[in-house]
Amino acid sequence: MKSRAASKLPIMTETSPIITINKLNKWFGKFHVLKDIDLNVNKTEKIVICGPSGSGKSTLIRCINRLEVHQEGSIIVDGTELTDDVKQINEIRSDVGMVFQHFNLFPHLTVLENCTLAPIWVRKKSKVEADELGMELLTKVRIPDQAHKYPGQLSGGQQQRVAIARALCMQPRVMLFDEPTSALDPEMIKEVLETMIELAESGMTMLVVTHEMGFANKVADRVIFMDEGQIVEQNDPENFFNNPKSERTKLFLSQILNH
Amino acid sequence: MADSTLKFKKLPDRDPPENTIGWIAWIRDNLFSSTTNTLTTLIFVYLFYLYIPPFIEWAIINANISGTDRSVCDANKSGACWTFIKVRLEQLLFGLYFASNPEQIWRPIVAFSVFGMLIVPLVIDKTPYKKWLLLALLMLYPVLFICIVYGGVFGIPVSDTGQWGGLLLTFALSFVGIIVALPLGILLALGRRSEMPIVKMMSVTYIEFWRGTPLITILFMASVMLPLFFPSGVDFDKVVRAMIGITLFQSAYTAEAVRGGLQAIDKGQNEASMALGMGYWRRTILIILPQALKISIPSIVNTFIALFKDTSLVSIIGLLDLLKMAQNSSRSLDWNGYDIEGYLFAGFVFWIFCYGMSSYSQKLERKLDTDRRVE
Repeated sequence: MKSRAASKLPIMTETSPIITINKLNKWFGKFHVLKDIDLNVNKTEKIVICGPSGSGKSTLIRCINRLEVHQEGSIIVDGTELTDDVKQINEIRSDVGMVFQHFNLFPHLTVLENCTLAPIWVRKKSKVEADELGMELLTKVRIPDQAHKYPGQLSGGQQQRVAIARALCMQPRVMLFDEPTSALDPEMIKEVLETMIELAESGMTMLVVTHEMGFANKVADRVIFMDEGQIVEQNDPENFFNNPKSERTKLFLSQILNH
Repeated sequence: MADSTLKFKKLPDRDPPENTIGWIAWIRDNLFSSTTNTLTTLIFVYLFYLYIPPFIEWAIINANISGTDRSVCDANKSGACWTFIKVRLEQLLFGLYFASNPEQIWRPIVAFSVFGMLIVPLVIDKTPYKKWLLLALLMLYPVLFICIVYGGVFGIPVSDTGQWGGLLLTFALSFVGIIVALPLGILLALGRRSEMPIVKMMSVTYIEFWRGTPLITILFMASVMLPLFFPSGVDFDKVVRAMIGITLFQSAYTAEAVRGGLQAIDKGQNEASMALGMGYWRRTILIILPQALKISIPSIVNTFIALFKDTSLVSIIGLLDLLKMAQNSSRSLDWNGYDIEGYLFAGFVFWIFCYGMSSYSQKLERKLDTDRRVE
């Protein structure tokens, strides 16, 4: 990635965009899921995306590491535009960590192996190096003692923290979270959110699709509300929650905050 | 919650009631739990009583094993004639060439012994260097087998494959069928799920063609029609032709077994490995296949077992596999009339191999079952 090195040197301010999305449009068959999305994400910025189901919020962040292919518009991640070039896609993916709703840990590998697999095979680290890094990050998410167990032996909250550690082992520049707490029992949501808050405090750039409005309030620099494949409203958390501008946002907030 | 005296108190764990555990409880629950069950149990006990003791009497107690010709058996008709099997054992196991050349018989014996020495440690859990053993079995063993059994190198005389027979032939056909068809089948299964339309179409066509054709037809075609496509003088070995036919046929079945496993893998697995920047082959080899093959072990082994038994169909193109050899021997003038013993022996040998494969697959399944493994 030549362009990264070029763009890195002159502007290292906190406001330089690491993700630039321009007039993004995406269809599933004939269904228009994303309509004219424009979004810039700055380095170290934390963005929470919320909205009703089917609003396209998950699809949007899945477009950023090309788990979904868009048909129109452009997405530039860290100076590289996403095209059909498989090599480029893999390079971007290795720099963009992702955490899924259903964890998607590899059940046939131990927790530590889950963390070290990609560093070894994609980053070409030695096993010793990767193990060290894996243990360091498992310690960070506070489950180093589970390193040699299999994912199936862990609770949902622990599994999701392993998934976060696995993504962090690639030392990504951006982290995408796709409803990371939606599949968890209420007792376990807290431990995952705490891990995410710590990660945010460490300065990671984060895009989080979630309905955890407490988390949004505490961590987000910007909250984005999506509906019908469009960005309806975006603002800093205080203004977003206290003075929502559109009727649609007000309705949504009243529904999720007063249940 | 208003009552502040309400306290949670954990009750101590107790053992289950005495009369629900142990073998008496098991027999009561499983064999005599209802009138129908009791009746069924009694009927089966009666049937066992009716048929098992006479069989044991015939097969073991009164059986003949001494002597070298049929006179012993003819004198004692109340027992099985294992003398027949004993006298014809070399022929049944190694075929006509090695049976009629006693000085060469060490060759199949060495081949089978080496196979045993490779397979036994592979089955045992704690063997070190298992990967290398497996590699030796898949790569070096076939070479060794050809050198020793076929010959033609190191001054070992060539054994005509047309004279191969018995267990040796059954083994050679199945071994080749299994080890070549597995990788081929995996590739075909991946091809069938490929996003590239031409690869997908070709895989589907291949699988459906070979799966839709009976093995007998394929063997006939390999034996009768294949030579028509080649100039006269080019004469493919009959055994090699059978091997090719069996392998092509088997790979289609293996492909479908593997595809079953691939389909069972959650697409999140692929997405998670994509998100880590892994390319297609890394995802497939490191993440997808280990899980998919684990799931498809029962059905893959099922196709292996079916293949092992189906190799006996080669008798229709004139090859004398274990079953045909047993049949032929019991129809020879020397042993005419003792075909039950011949068939029982052949069946027993088939059973040992198939049961071995089946047990190993079950063991493998349990070992790889990481989802439920508790330390």
